[in-house]
Amino acid sequence: MCLAIPGKLISVQEHDDILFRTGKVSFDGIVKDVNLSLLPDAKSGDYVLVHVGIAISKVDEEEAQLMLKYLTASGDMKNEMDS
Amino acid sequence: MKFLEEYRDRERVEQLLHEISRIVTKPWKIMEVCGGQTHGLVKNGIIGMLPEKITMVHGPGCPVCVTPASLIDEAIALSKKENVVLASFGDMIRVPGTSESLLQAKAAGADVRIVYSPLDALRIAQAEREKQVVFFGVGFETTAPAIALSVIQAKQLGLKNFFVLASHVLVPPAMEAILSDPANEINAFLAAGHVCTIMGEKEYYPIAAKYHVPIIITGFEPVDLLQGILMAVKQLEAGEAKVENQYSRMVMPEGNPSAQQLMQQVFATCDREWRGIGEIPSSGLEVNAGYSSFDARKKFSLPVISSTEKTECRAGEVLRGVLKPVQCEHFGKRCTPEHPLGAPMVSSEGACAAYYHYHQTAASE
Ligand code: SF4
Repeated sequence: MCLAIPGKLISVQEHDDILFRTGKVSFDGIVKDVNLSLLPDAKSGDYVLVHVGIAISKVDEEEAQLMLKYLTASGDMKNEMDS
Repeated sequence: MKFLEEYRDRERVEQLLHEISRIVTKPWKIMEVCGGQTHGLVKNGIIGMLPEKITMVHGPGCPVCVTPASLIDEAIALSKKENVVLASFGDMIRVPGTSESLLQAKAAGADVRIVYSPLDALRIAQAEREKQVVFFGVGFETTAPAIALSVIQAKQLGLKNFFVLASHVLVPPAMEAILSDPANEINAFLAAGHVCTIMGEKEYYPIAAKYHVPIIITGFEPVDLLQGILMAVKQLEAGEAKVENQYSRMVMPEGNPSAQQLMQQVFATCDREWRGIGEIPSSGLEVNAGYSSFDARKKFSLPVISSTEKTECRAGEVLRGVLKPVQCEHFGKRCTPEHPLGAPMVSSEGACAAYYHYHQTAASE
C-alpha cells in the first residue's frame, strides 16, 4: 500500500471545487479514477505519480515508463492495484 | 528504454559498488528507513554485493508493520459493531491483532471491506447511507494527505456516516527515537523517497545537525539505492552530516505544499505506540478538533485495549534492526506470507516478506 505508481493522465473532469477535481489515469492499460486536487495544473497527457487514489506529483514521461516497467516486471504493480 | 537501463544498468551498478569499496575505510551502519527500499535492496541482491564494512540495517519503514496490535484490536472491535462497515487497505486486513486479524473477523461475519483508496471508503458511505463507514487510516506522510482529503470531502458533502480511525505515523520522530536510544549504532540514514515527495527536505535538517548523521533522500531502483549509499559513505568518511537529495527527480526541496496543507487542516500530532519500538512522542496523527465529528474514536466509545503483543513473533527486534528476518526461528517455517505470524511477513514492504520472496538472493549473502 505504500507504493506510489506512475500513470498517464488521459482525461480530466473539472469541478468547481478543486478538491473534487479528478482524472482518468492509465496504468499500463488499467484505467482508474484519480483525484487531482494536489496537482492543480495537471493536464491530459501528463504523467503523474499516484498513491492510494490521489496524484501526489508530476513525473516526466521517461521516468514514468521506467517505473512502470520495473513495477510490472516485479509484480508489485498488480499487488498494489489489488490491495 | 533509456532510463530503464540507466537506473538498473549492471555496469552502472558495478561502477557504484566499486566506488563505494574504493572510498570506504571504516565500518558503517546505514539504515534505510522505507520498506520499499528494503525490498529493493534485498530483491536485487545489493545487500550481498556491498563491501563488508557496510551494514545495511532495515528500518521501521512499513506502516502496516509498525501498527501495534492494540490499534488492530480497536479496529476489530469497531468492525463487530452493528451497522458498521470497516474499510482499510488489503495489507492491513491481514495483520494479526492480539487474537485475530480483521480478515478473521470478516470471516466470522464482520463487515470488513478492502479498498484501494480512502476515497473509495467515502463512496461506500455515500452509497450506503444507513451504514456507518469507518476507514482504518494507516500510513506514513505519503498516505496522510489522501485520508485528510477524504475527511474534507465528507464534510463538504455533508456526510454524517463517514469516520476515520486515524493511526498514522510520522517518520522523523521515529528516526529521532532510534538515534536517541543509547544502544543506537546507526551512522547514516537513507530517507524514504515518497515520504519526501510530500514533506520535502526541511524536517531532516535539525535531525542531521543534532545527531550528526548524514541523511540521504533516496529512491528505490538499484542505482538510486547505491547512489544513496555512496553519498552517505562519502559524508561519513569526511565526517560530514548533511541532508542530501539523491532523488531530486521526484522530490522537490519543499515537498508538495498542497498536500502538507491538507494534512494540517485535518490532523494534529499525537503520541503513538509503534510495534516493536514502543510509544514515541508526537509521532502520530489524529483527527483535530475542527473535524472531530469524523473521528471514529470520538464517535464510538471504544474499549481501552492494552496491547499484549504476541511473543512468538520477533517483529520488535526486526523493526529495530537488531535481528535479520532469516535469523527468526519461525522464518519460512511456521511463518510464511500465506500464514504470517507477524506483520512484517504480511505486507509486501515488510522486511520478513522481502527476505522470504527473495530468499535465494538473500541466502547467497
Ligand atoms: S519471520 Fe514471522 S515470526 Fe519471525 S519476525 Fe518475521 S513476521 Fe515475526
